[in-house]
Amino acid sequence: MKLFKVLILALFAGVLIYASLDLPYRGDPDNRMHAERSITDSRVIGNYAIQEAYNDAHTPNMVTVILGDYRSIDTFGEQIVIYTAGLITLLVLRSNRRRRKS
Amino acid sequence: MRTQFHSPIVLLGARLLSPYIMVFGWYVIFHGHYSPGGGFQGGALLAASILLIRVSGGRMVSRKQLQEYLNTPLAIIGVLIYFLTGLVAMISGGYFLDYGQLPIPGMEPYWLRYTGILIIEVGIGLTVMAILVMIYDNMVKGEDYG
Repeated sequence: MKLFKVLILALFAGVLIYASLDLPYRGDPDNRMHAERSITDSRVIGNYAIQEAYNDAHTPNMVTVILGDYRSIDTFGEQIVIYTAGLITLLVLRSNRRRRKS
Repeated sequence: MRTQFHSPIVLLGARLLSPYIMVFGWYVIFHGHYSPGGGFQGGALLAASILLIRVSGGRMVSRKQLQEYLNTPLAIIGVLIYFLTGLVAMISGGYFLDYGQLPIPGMEPYWLRYTGILIIEVGIGLTVMAILVMIYDNMVKGEDYG
């Protein structure tokens, strides 16, 4: 049975390695994701951000512009997630502590 | 762990380090436009500077720095800063979180976006700091000395 597990893992690793051979090279300017227009002839967001981030917000750090401006609702969701996590620790830990005292 | 005791040397070291970590946290938040960083990382650093005092000094000392009941209001203020920035931009004619429509007179749209990003980073930093401190406070409640 253990041999079977190892065989399954090796097979899965083989599939992953075979799939990774088809990936495009990183930083190749001819990639589809680095093109200015996508297949459906709409603007690609990565290209747009690299070209227009400084003109839009005058911020040299492109990542800040993407997180804070272009994808700001996503960042708002992350903040809500952190806030909810804190509130849940407040609920769970405090109620347990009070029950133990009484 | 009931056999804890005060160590003045550890407390002195923590008191020496804590303000510098806090200043560095604010630097990471406000310098996020030019270098790696931003609200989440700076908030974690602010929480580290507060938790250092809490770990080394106990509740009696940390009560003088940031009280426990202030955690939840600070987190809510952080969320509200973010949300109200988006809401004000929406009320004054743009989309939600469209900083170019913020009603600050005498500024070009790109400087408005610059300022809007800065405001929401401060909000994120406040929330992350308050929540991390809140998690620590809830975990050690009742087992702390002092």
